[in-house]
Amino acid sequence: MRGGREHIHAMGTSGDVDTSLYDPSVHLESFDRGSTSPLPDGRTLREYEITAVDRSIEVAPGVHFDAWTYNGTVPGPTLRCTEGDRLRVNFTNAGSHPHTIHFHGIHPGDMDGVFEIVDPGDTFRYEFDALPAGVQLYHCHAAPLKRHLHKGLYGGFIIDPRDRILEPARELVMMMNGFDTNYDGENEVYAVNSVAFHYQRHPIQLRVGELVRIYLFNMTEFDLLNSIHVHGTLFKYWRTGTRPDHYDYTDTVLLCQGERGVMEIRFEHPGLFMFHAHQSEFAELGWMGMFEVRDES
Amino acid sequence: MSPSEPTPPARTATGGRSSLWLKGVFPLLLLGGLLGLFLTFGPAGVFRASFPPIEELTLERVDFPAPGRVRVRMVNGGPEPVTVSQVTVDDAYWSFTMDGDPTIGRLGDAELEVPYPWVSGEPVKISVITSTGLTFTREVAVATESPRADRRYLTTFVLLGLYVGVVPVFLGLLWLPFLREVPRHWTDFLLSLTIGLLVFLGVDALTEAVEMSGDVASAFQGIGLVTMGVVGAPMVIQGLGRLRKRGAGTEARRAAGLIALGIGLHNLGEGLAIGSAYAIGEIALGSTLVIGFLLHNTTEGIGIVAPLASEPVRPGTLVALGALAGLPTIAGTMIGGLSYSPVATVLFLAIGAGAVIQVVWVLARLLSQRQGSGLTGPLNAAGLVAGLVLMYATGLWVAF
Repeated sequence: MRGGREHIHAMGTSGDVDTSLYDPSVHLESFDRGSTSPLPDGRTLREYEITAVDRSIEVAPGVHFDAWTYNGTVPGPTLRCTEGDRLRVNFTNAGSHPHTIHFHGIHPGDMDGVFEIVDPGDTFRYEFDALPAGVQLYHCHAAPLKRHLHKGLYGGFIIDPRDRILEPARELVMMMNGFDTNYDGENEVYAVNSVAFHYQRHPIQLRVGELVRIYLFNMTEFDLLNSIHVHGTLFKYWRTGTRPDHYDYTDTVLLCQGERGVMEIRFEHPGLFMFHAHQSEFAELGWMGMFEVRDES
Repeated sequence: MSPSEPTPPARTATGGRSSLWLKGVFPLLLLGGLLGLFLTFGPAGVFRASFPPIEELTLERVDFPAPGRVRVRMVNGGPEPVTVSQVTVDDAYWSFTMDGDPTIGRLGDAELEVPYPWVSGEPVKISVITSTGLTFTREVAVATESPRADRRYLTTFVLLGLYVGVVPVFLGLLWLPFLREVPRHWTDFLLSLTIGLLVFLGVDALTEAVEMSGDVASAFQGIGLVTMGVVGAPMVIQGLGRLRKRGAGTEARRAAGLIALGIGLHNLGEGLAIGSAYAIGEIALGSTLVIGFLLHNTTEGIGIVAPLASEPVRPGTLVALGALAGLPTIAGTMIGGLSYSPVATVLFLAIGAGAVIQVVWVLARLLSQRQGSGLTGPLNAAGLVAGLVLMYATGLWVAF
C-alpha cells in the first residue's frame, strides 16, 4: 500500500521526497555569505563560486524533474551580502546548454549577464558593487528565457543595509516556484522552495512572540501572479525591501513574476497556522505549508 | 546469418513429411536465434535512445464505488514500465492507495483508490503523475455512484436488456402471420427493407467501434480489434453455416438462423455499449430512450422472419430465433454495466458489425435466387431505402 493516513487531510501528495541532496527545511534558513577578504579601501570583497549543472530533482514525492541548477539545487544558494560590498561571482557552466547569471540591482552593462553568454565548459567572472540594499534576485538570462527559468536557474540575492541595524529575527527564505513536469506550458507542481507540500509535511517550528522575517521571491513561470497568505495573524510587508518607512500591514500579498519583498510576522497565539498561495489551484497543487507555533519561550 | 547450423538444401527435394516440417520451421528457428542474439548482446546502443522512454498509461475506467471514494483502473500500453507517483483530482493533489507495486509493467494493469469527496452530477478530472513527471488524465462527464452487482442493479440491467433487446425482437417476430399472407413481391420488398435496416445497423456499429477504439490502450490496437471483429465474424459464421449445410433445413431457414445469430451478436455489442454508458453516467435512461430502442429494435424482428414468409415454422423455432437475437442484449448490459472494458466493448461492437454484414450478404443472395427482380428492382430498391430511412427515423430517439 502506498500513501495512507499520514495527514489529517486526504488532500495532498502521498509519501515524502528524498532530502539527502536537497532539503527545503535546510534551504529555508541557509544563506551563502561567500568568502570575504578586506580590500585596500576598507571595503569587503565577497567571492562566490557558482556552477550550473544539470540535475534531476524530486519536486513531489516520486516525481522527478530534469532541472538546470545553480550549485545543484533549485533554487540556487541564497546569496547574502552587505550594501557596498565588492562582489565577485566566479561562474562555471558545467551544464549542457549556454547559461548566464543576470543579477537584479545596480551594476555596469557588461556585468548584467545578458550578452555574455557562457557556453558549456566556459567560465565567467561577474564583479560589481552590492547596490542597493533590498531583496534582489539572480537568474539565467539565456534564451529561450522561459525554458531557462522554469528549468530552475534562479536564486535569492539579499543585500543587507549598511547604515541601519535590522531587529534580530528568525530569518527565512521562501522562493515561490512551479514545475511544468510534462512540458505542456502549465505547472503540475507549485511550491515554496521547490517541493510540493514540504512545509505541510514538515511544519516550520516557531515560538509565540518571536519575530520572523521572510525574504519572499516569486519565480513562478507560466502564471503571471503568485501570492502568499498567512493564517492567524497579519504581517508587515516591504516591497523589494528597499524603503524601510514604506510598508503594508496585511495578510495576503500578490507578486508578479520576478517580484520580491520582505515580510515580518509575529504570532500571538500558539497553534498550527497555514500559509499558502491564495490562488486555491496553486495551493492544492503543492503551494501550501504550515507554521507550528509553540508557547515555550 | 546465424553460424549455428548449415542447411542441407540438396537432399530435401523429395524428402518425406519430416523434411517438409523442417522447411516450414527453419525460418522460425533463424528468427528465434536472431531474437536470442538481439536480447543477449543488445545491439541496443542504436535503439535505446538517450531521451526518456515515452510512457503511455491509459486510465481505462473511473468508478465511484461510494461517496468519498474514487477508483481508477489503469493499463500500461507503452514500451516501458510506468511508475505511478502522484494523483491529482480536479487539479489538486490527493492521497491515494494502490495495491502492490506502484510500477506497472508493459501491458500490465493496476487499480488505485482516492478518498475524494466527489460531487454527484458534476464532472471529475483525474490525473496520474508518473515518476518522470508525465501526466495521464481521464475526465468523467458526470460523476455518479457506480452500479454494484446487487439486486437493484441486476434488476435494472435485466429490465434494460429486456426493453432494449428481447421485447422488441419478439414483437417484430409477430409479423410472421402477416408476412405469410401478403403477395410475393411484397415479401421481397420486406426482405429488401431488412437489408436496409441491417446495412444501417452495421455501419452504425462499425463507426461506434472505431470511435470507441480511441479509448483502448494503443498496445491493444483498437483498430486491429475492429478489423478482427468485422472480418473475422462473417468468416466464422459462414464457416459454421457451411458445416451445418448438410441435413439442415432450407436456404430460407438457414438465412433466418444466421440473421438471428448476427443480430444477437450485434445486440451483445449494443448491450455492452448501453450498459457501460449507463454505468459511467453518460446516459440518463429516460423513457424517450427506451421507447426509441423499442421502435428501433422491433425492426430487427421483422428482419428475422422476413425470409420465413413462405416456410412452415414451428412456434418453438420462432422462440429460439427470438432468444438467439434478443437475449445477448441482457448479457451485454450486465457485463458493460458492471465491468466495462474498452477492449471487450470494441471487439464485440466490431463482431456485431461483421455479423450484420454477413447477414446482409446472405439476404442479398437469397433475394437474387428467388424469382423476382432482385435487389435492384424498383420495389426492392425502394424497400432497401425505406429500411435505411426507418432506422434513421427511429434512431432519432436513441442518439446518445
